Amino acid sequence: MQDVNWVALGVFVALFVFITWLGFAAAHWRKGDLNLLHEWGLGGRRFGTVVTWFLVGGDIYTAYTFIAVPALAFGAGALAFFAVPYTIVIYPILFLAFPRLWYVCHKHGYITAGDFVRGRYGNRWLALAITVTGIVATMPYIALQLVGIQVVVGALGVSGTGFAADLPLLIAFAILAAFTYSSGLRAPASIAIVKDILIYITAFVAVIVIPIELGGFAKIFAAVPDAKLLLKPPTAHSAGEYGSYATLALGSALALFLYPHTLTAILSANSGRAIRRNAAMLPGYTFMLGLLALIGFFALAAGVKGMPEFAAGFKQFGNNYAVPALLLHSFPSWFVGVAFAAIGIGALVPAAIMSIASANLYTRNIHREFINRNPTDKQEAQMAKWVSLVVKAGALAFILFVPTQYAIQLQLLGGIWIIQTLPTVMLGVYTRWFNSWALLLGWAVGTFAGTAMAVHVGLKPTFPLEFAGYTLPGYTAFYTLILNLALALILTPLFNALSARQPAVDETAAADYRA
Amino acid sequence: MNGTQEKRRGWSWWYLLFLVQFVAVLWPPFYNSAAPYWHGVPFFYWYQMLWVIISAVFTAVVYFATRE
Repeated sequence: MQDVNWVALGVFVALFVFITWLGFAAAHWRKGDLNLLHEWGLGGRRFGTVVTWFLVGGDIYTAYTFIAVPALAFGAGALAFFAVPYTIVIYPILFLAFPRLWYVCHKHGYITAGDFVRGRYGNRWLALAITVTGIVATMPYIALQLVGIQVVVGALGVSGTGFAADLPLLIAFAILAAFTYSSGLRAPASIAIVKDILIYITAFVAVIVIPIELGGFAKIFAAVPDAKLLLKPPTAHSAGEYGSYATLALGSALALFLYPHTLTAILSANSGRAIRRNAAMLPGYTFMLGLLALIGFFALAAGVKGMPEFAAGFKQFGNNYAVPALLLHSFPSWFVGVAFAAIGIGALVPAAIMSIASANLYTRNIHREFINRNPTDKQEAQMAKWVSLVVKAGALAFILFVPTQYAIQLQLLGGIWIIQTLPTVMLGVYTRWFNSWALLLGWAVGTFAGTAMAVHVGLKPTFPLEFAGYTLPGYTAFYTLILNLALALILTPLFNALSARQPAVDETAAADYRA
Repeated sequence: MNGTQEKRRGWSWWYLLFLVQFVAVLWPPFYNSAAPYWHGVPFFYWYQMLWVIISAVFTAVVYFATRE
């Protein structure tokens, strides 16, 4: 590994110290009683349009995104660009469905998707399924954020053996755990503002300066091999990459706002209107994500993989090292420090929100539902704070003791699992037509089939579905969602006819779903 | 909040703008080509980046058109 880059490390550490202070100071921001769960875990639902923009942006466009999307472009080419249509089509979905969820959650004091499902369907087992899916899908996501920190710390030249090798990650984890515990959602909300400013500076400087250094876009794209420049077109027997590209984009978009951390960010907004406005403003990040994907091509054109000083980094981190290597190659040390801090802080923000969201879910929908039915407000908030620590410790242990590849594969499975909650949650804000047991069975079959299909193809995101000799490769999550929905549709009238009991009472009314 | 305004927030024809952007970016045959280039950037890339901007404008239009 190369020597420690002291200037870059200094800037990096200084920015980390600043956000640590900010994270603790955030407890006093729009002050509320942090002994109440909705104050600690939802920031008191007080965030306006602008803060929500930073918070949701910090949630979706994570450190791992900044490392992995360019890395995929670097390795696989055009397919990586699915991130752009993905983050285009999520916003109509956000605009239409999620203000309704915000209104009903606001009206009834729901903090999690599990709360909503419990109230809407009156079925605690369905609520438990939604809750467990949320927690299990989020855990590997937190672990991946820590991978983002690992890559940039490695690129700064900080290395060691045994305990010393893991020390930077342990410090970052301690900072994260401490400010999340003390400030709740206010900490990532305030840090997200710093993170996004740094990321925007980095992305725009990179997209302007590096192409000039490399001699223009025409030269950059000329350096991309033909096979990587465009999607593989369909043949007589297969849909090529077209089906994968479109279903990856649509499936990822449908899944995104079902994740507990994105839902937490949405529910912390102060109005349904703030969410609608954000649907129009968030594409600002999508544009930046497209630019970042192109950075993968810049790395190809710059030929960083062949440079001897980066050989060790690529050996350790694979293509995830492409972006750090390119930044080291193209910029003076102080700016490398800024860029790496942006990525590192970009890991802490979503990791904090994810641990808070998981803690809210456990506290509300497992502990309160099944263990202690009548906690005081203070006990409830305290429980969530402890659980947020446990969740992060779990993610840390995962990264330290299990190969990184497993975290990536589990995160992939997480996408397949979380999308199975769509009929219950997203369609649930429109209709109570579905039978809750039919939804539960659809969820179970979708989850099982999705997992089996993913394992069958060696834990890759797409599955080659075959009809009469024609192969239609597509995102496994998308295929199994169709299966799940079909089951729920068929079984609902069947279960309603077979059951003598009246369906459970829906504690929400139609008027609760709008302003 | 409710009661005073009985007007249902239901379907709006403006939502069709959302359908347009879904079709435009989820149908790869529309844009999977290198030509025409724009300042050296292949069509595949600049077309989708352009749609980021168009979709943001569409969403803003829908927001203002459906606001009560």
